[in-house]
Amino acid sequence: MSIHSKLAGAVSGVVMLVGAAAVQAETLFWSTQARPAEEAQAMRTEVLGGFDSAVDYQPNEDGPWLTRLQAELQAGSGSIDLLGSLHGNFSAMNPDDLMDLSDLGVMSASDTFNGLAKLGTDSLQYMPWMQASYIMAANKEALQYLPEGADINALTYDQLIAWAANVEEATGQKKFGFPAGPKGLKHRFFQGYLYPSYTDGVVRTFASPEAVTAWEKFKELWSHTNPASTNFSFMQEQLLNGDAWIVFDHTSRLAQAFNERPDDFVAFPAPAGPTGRGFMPVLAGVAIPRTAPDAEGAKALVTYLMQPETQIATLKATNFFPVVDVELPDDLPPSVKAAGEAVAKMSGSADANPGLLPAGLGSMGGDFNRVYVDAFERIVLAGQPIEQVLDDQKKQLEKIMTETGAPCWAPDAPSEGACPVE
Amino acid sequence: MTAVADVVAPDARKAGRGLYRAGVILLCAWVIIPLYLLFVNTMSSPDTVNSFPKSFIPEFNMGSLEFFMGFQGMLRALWNSVVVALMTMVMSIAIGAPAGYALSRFDFRGKELFRLLILLTRAFPLPLLALPLAVLFIRTGLDDTAFGLALVHTTLAIPFAVLITFSLFSGIPLELEEAAWTLGCTRLTAFTKVILPLVLPGITASAIFAFVISWNEVFAAAVLTIENRTLPAFLLQTLGEAPLHLKFAGGFILVVPALIFIFAVRKYLFAMWGIANR
Amino acid sequence: MEARLLPYFLILPVTLFLCLFFLYPFALVAQQAFGSENGFSLDNFREVVNYWKFPISMKNTFLLAAAVVPIQLALSLLMATMVTKMQKGRDLVLYIWTIPLGISDLAAGIIWLAIFEQSGFLNSMMVGLGVTEQPVSLLSYQTPWIVFLAIMLAEIWRATAIMLVILVAGIGLIPKEYYEAADVFGASRWKQFTRITLPLLRPSLQTALVLRVILAFEVFAVVAALGGTIFPVLMGEIYAYQFDLQNGGAAAALAIIVLIISIVFTLIIMRALRVPKGATI
Repeated sequence: MSIHSKLAGAVSGVVMLVGAAAVQAETLFWSTQARPAEEAQAMRTEVLGGFDSAVDYQPNEDGPWLTRLQAELQAGSGSIDLLGSLHGNFSAMNPDDLMDLSDLGVMSASDTFNGLAKLGTDSLQYMPWMQASYIMAANKEALQYLPEGADINALTYDQLIAWAANVEEATGQKKFGFPAGPKGLKHRFFQGYLYPSYTDGVVRTFASPEAVTAWEKFKELWSHTNPASTNFSFMQEQLLNGDAWIVFDHTSRLAQAFNERPDDFVAFPAPAGPTGRGFMPVLAGVAIPRTAPDAEGAKALVTYLMQPETQIATLKATNFFPVVDVELPDDLPPSVKAAGEAVAKMSGSADANPGLLPAGLGSMGGDFNRVYVDAFERIVLAGQPIEQVLDDQKKQLEKIMTETGAPCWAPDAPSEGACPVE
Repeated sequence: MTAVADVVAPDARKAGRGLYRAGVILLCAWVIIPLYLLFVNTMSSPDTVNSFPKSFIPEFNMGSLEFFMGFQGMLRALWNSVVVALMTMVMSIAIGAPAGYALSRFDFRGKELFRLLILLTRAFPLPLLALPLAVLFIRTGLDDTAFGLALVHTTLAIPFAVLITFSLFSGIPLELEEAAWTLGCTRLTAFTKVILPLVLPGITASAIFAFVISWNEVFAAAVLTIENRTLPAFLLQTLGEAPLHLKFAGGFILVVPALIFIFAVRKYLFAMWGIANR
Repeated sequence: MEARLLPYFLILPVTLFLCLFFLYPFALVAQQAFGSENGFSLDNFREVVNYWKFPISMKNTFLLAAAVVPIQLALSLLMATMVTKMQKGRDLVLYIWTIPLGISDLAAGIIWLAIFEQSGFLNSMMVGLGVTEQPVSLLSYQTPWIVFLAIMLAEIWRATAIMLVILVAGIGLIPKEYYEAADVFGASRWKQFTRITLPLLRPSLQTALVLRVILAFEVFAVVAALGGTIFPVLMGEIYAYQFDLQNGGAAAALAIIVLIISIVFTLIIMRALRVPKGATI
């Protein structure tokens, strides 16, 4: 037993030496983005390959990403130099744990993003890195079933429902696909698309009569939705294997369909409701934890990531769009072209009603999302009466808003103090 | 009585044998078919993986596998996984088998409590324990080492090692050991020469569990190793979001080494002594 | 070495190891469950139990365990007996039957999803054989019982080998002479099984059953892959609390509830399958 432990000690000693040497040479980029194998590979070679020193890009699922970060913060020392993640993850962190990035000399081109990135403080807690949005996509075979007079680039929800119904009637199968799976991003749909389009709000109007209409309309749409949608988290899969012909999802989760068979699919803006065409941007950022061993190297990497050439390379690798002003070249992959056009049409449309990412919720961001997901599961999947569910969930929502004291954000009208749920 | 049994038996026995054979084949097919389908999808081009109806014959398209072969750091991750799994195996058996022996042979105070504690280490999810363990490892320098990760995996494997060896030791009559003592063996020699060979199936089973548990463990590996990633931490967690054809290829790559290991130790699952069939 | 002290000496390494690597982190995490800054409180437990998904996920976990474990027990006993009676090809058959052991539950989920999804292998076969014209949506929320069946099948496939390996290791110790004697006395196969095999297999049965039941309450990956959002289980809820909601206290509270359930069932099984005392030192 003692020989064994000596041996084990020696082994670990050697490994530690080797490991330590490796860590010093590379900047550790700890990210939740670009997880799919191909995107991670592209990040390493196409995007980070151009940086003057070596970068170790490690994508992770949220669980390990968070746990490792928390462990390093608690232990007071660590190996992570740079963090990459979505706004939602950063806003749940304690701002003291992130280094101030205000005087780096780079910033995103959007004041809204820079404001969000302050996380309620006066300094830039994370650097807005890249953005994306949710759009709709369709198999070209579905286009023949569009209702009379409908313009695919300016659909209303009613027209979308009619379209899905036509397809079901013609093919005998429900071909609308919705990412209702456990890893699907459905909560952003309800917060940023459904609610703004029908109620012109997201928190204030949560249990309003317009919200009831919104849910009724969604139930109607759901009746034409592929019932296995509760398993779907990446709609590119269903587009490619034909299980769904009309889908809603994140631009990067539709990319594979467009890249493999660009001639078979079209991308188009999300539909509009009575109060406008609601949509929501997704913002990813980079930040430096206070326990970073090589803060200077990390700052240099941040500056590098914000350069226009790097932003374009990132676009090609991850399907996330730049946050600085760039001239988009012509040689972009089909998914980027298609998605970019759809997003531009969406944000540039006359009735655009953008919903912002929730801000100021701190660690209750997850609870906030859960209010909407639970509403969906109870109303749509379990068939519970709409008003009752909304009243129930409203109590949860009120509790969250008063506990966090977060003020209202677009499309809700601004508020003094915590955003009220009317 | 035997004469009657003989007359009745042949037909019944033949039918019994046919049923038995059919049962074996059915169960083998039941296990193999899903794996075969994994193989089919691994060997298919992305288009085929997404097509319908699916073909049951592999195309032998190596594209998905080639992608992983070119993946930076795969071989190193593979090596790390093997090292960690072997360490887990050795440690869990070295620590667990003596405890299994003690549980079966001795009646000591706190025995039931001890058994309960062993079992309950498996009843609490590791991802929740990963945070305090990671803090501990960072502070003590065990962070990002194969040995550190092996310690965590051993914690997962110990219940199997202890309980399986316990159940096997319990099946060996004490008389055997006592006979060895009376014949002049010391306690230790009696153990190593008489008991140990009989318990070999239990040790093999524990080794298999330890290896497989360590091999497939992903959360602790993702949190506790960065430069020295194991293969699952490298592949498995992003596998759920990879494009479909890569999912299968990745899953296939993960499965094969574990299968090779079980193949190598399979015959030790059967008792080697004359008590059972050879 | 005094015989009295020997057992404590033998269990010392395990105890030390588990104290350091399990009890210590467990204590830290369990502390979170029982209170926040305001001292001891059961608020986390209350919050977790009052959530509308709690009874559903509890029911689902129990249902799945109750449906799957008995089948696996019977199946693994059957397979263990079959394989010990074999002469030729025994190694190969045992190897094949233990293959699922080497497959992580994530990979198993991927495999069975490929079989059951709408454009998957099962549908391909059914359409190919002409059983149905169009692919059937098997994993839809409208047919939860089909989803349950699919999960059952996948779990039985994946986890039977766990019990099988433990039972095979134990069955080898039953002396052949017992069976031969039983044959001489004209005992039927079934009688031999119930009177010789089962009793002598008791320790292994106890181990296999307890381990399998504990793991059954922690089932997650396969259920998430096949059942998506319509089949919540306790472990999935624990992960949601810990990682999506970043509520460590609630996650720990729910994990402790699962722990208590596991303790109860472990005690029941250990009582029912008590290992006969036999000779001890």
